[in-house]
Amino acid sequence: MRPLSLAAPLALFLALAGCASKPVMQDGIRVNDPFEAQNRRVHAFNKAVDQRVIGPVARLAGDGNDGAGPGTMDLVINAGANLSLPGKVANSLLQGRPEPAIKNFFRFAVNSTLGIGGLLDPAGTDFGLPEHDTDFGETLAVWGVPEGAYLELPVLGPSTQRDAAGKVVDLVIDPLYHLLHRDAAWAAFGLRAASKAGDRARFGDTVDSVLQDSADSYAQLRLIYLMHRRHELNEGGTDIDPYAADDAIDPYAE
Amino acid sequence: MTHMLRTTPSTLMPNDRRGFLTLFGGAAALALAPLREAWALDANQASVLISTALGEVYQVINSGQPPARMYRDFESIFVRYADVDVIARSALGPAARQADAGALAAYTQAFQGYIGRKYGKRFREFIGSRIEVTGARPLKSFYAVTSVAYLNGRAPMEVEWHVSNKSGRDRFFNIIIEGVNMLASERAEIAAMLTTRRGDLAGLTADLQAAG
Repeated sequence: MRPLSLAAPLALFLALAGCASKPVMQDGIRVNDPFEAQNRRVHAFNKAVDQRVIGPVARLAGDGNDGAGPGTMDLVINAGANLSLPGKVANSLLQGRPEPAIKNFFRFAVNSTLGIGGLLDPAGTDFGLPEHDTDFGETLAVWGVPEGAYLELPVLGPSTQRDAAGKVVDLVIDPLYHLLHRDAAWAAFGLRAASKAGDRARFGDTVDSVLQDSADSYAQLRLIYLMHRRHELNEGGTDIDPYAADDAIDPYAE
Repeated sequence: MTHMLRTTPSTLMPNDRRGFLTLFGGAAALALAPLREAWALDANQASVLISTALGEVYQVINSGQPPARMYRDFESIFVRYADVDVIARSALGPAARQADAGALAAYTQAFQGYIGRKYGKRFREFIGSRIEVTGARPLKSFYAVTSVAYLNGRAPMEVEWHVSNKSGRDRFFNIIIEGVNMLASERAEIAAMLTTRRGDLAGLTADLQAAG
């Protein structure tokens, strides 16, 4: 874990360096993408990886599920997601939001015990404790750090400077890795990665339609990521009014 | 839907005073009818529009028809409940201004078929799901109808519908799913397709007929 403690300030610096570039309005939303050329190269790489490795593997895992009861994939997704909860509790606390922290804490307690180490999700189905998703990227947003430039990370996919910094810090501050023995920490990390791959299978059609069927999948993914992330962080929606005079096109004004 | 259920018992009730009020209200509504078109879209009407459209969508999803037939039905629902002209124009962006009426009409026709297929293809994800309309609020010059989609194996999703009567009829012109804006997404997609055709609208129209 030691090299990571150096990466955190570096990533934070990257996030802060991003404020200098000028965002532009594109397709109705604010886009800040000074590294577009580099990002597009990473996107081409990610698309190839998804097409040749992640997609086929995910489909294989998805086909193994006959639909009756939770399949192997669901168990892996549940267990991986369960291990992400201590980190989420820490982030909610850092954001000064005790309520989601308490809920995720009880969710972790219930699913780790009654849910057999997180394989099942009784907290969500029987106790009304769905997962409250958060991460250090959100914590940085709460602390007032700007979003920074858009980034497409190898394998991990779309991000921003702030969210990329958040991902690194999340690895460092995760209470789980501090409590676990090193081998167990790696096993937990592997399970969480497998859980993410399981999500890819579950949302396979959605991912395929964006990556394979878009005329410009890079621009489409960037747009979807930024809109969704800003919505999650309450950083302003995109309320396009095609009827308004200040919109580029107002057919009723002509 | 709820307001329809509420009005039915009051008209059946043998209460003279209420009957009078209902009649009076009806007369007033008739007298004001010409004004209604201009400014009377309210939250309730906007919600009803979306509930009704969703009801038709689910009928198609549960019909068990062959997919190609479903896509045509989705297209027809889209044409009846959405302001297709405005969505198509907005997706095309500045190029819509230079286009002549004939080319724009052909593009709009191709666009609605493309939308019917592109979003229709996702119907399997909606089998066994439900979408509940939860409310409506005024936003800018239109109404935002909020709803929650409960899909199998996924956390509930917020879906917002933007409804306007600026076309002369109540129509929705945008869908926002967990912050992801359909109009913005289609602007990016159509812009990219137009670039592939070096700005040729007829070429884009031909591509749209095959896309989705």
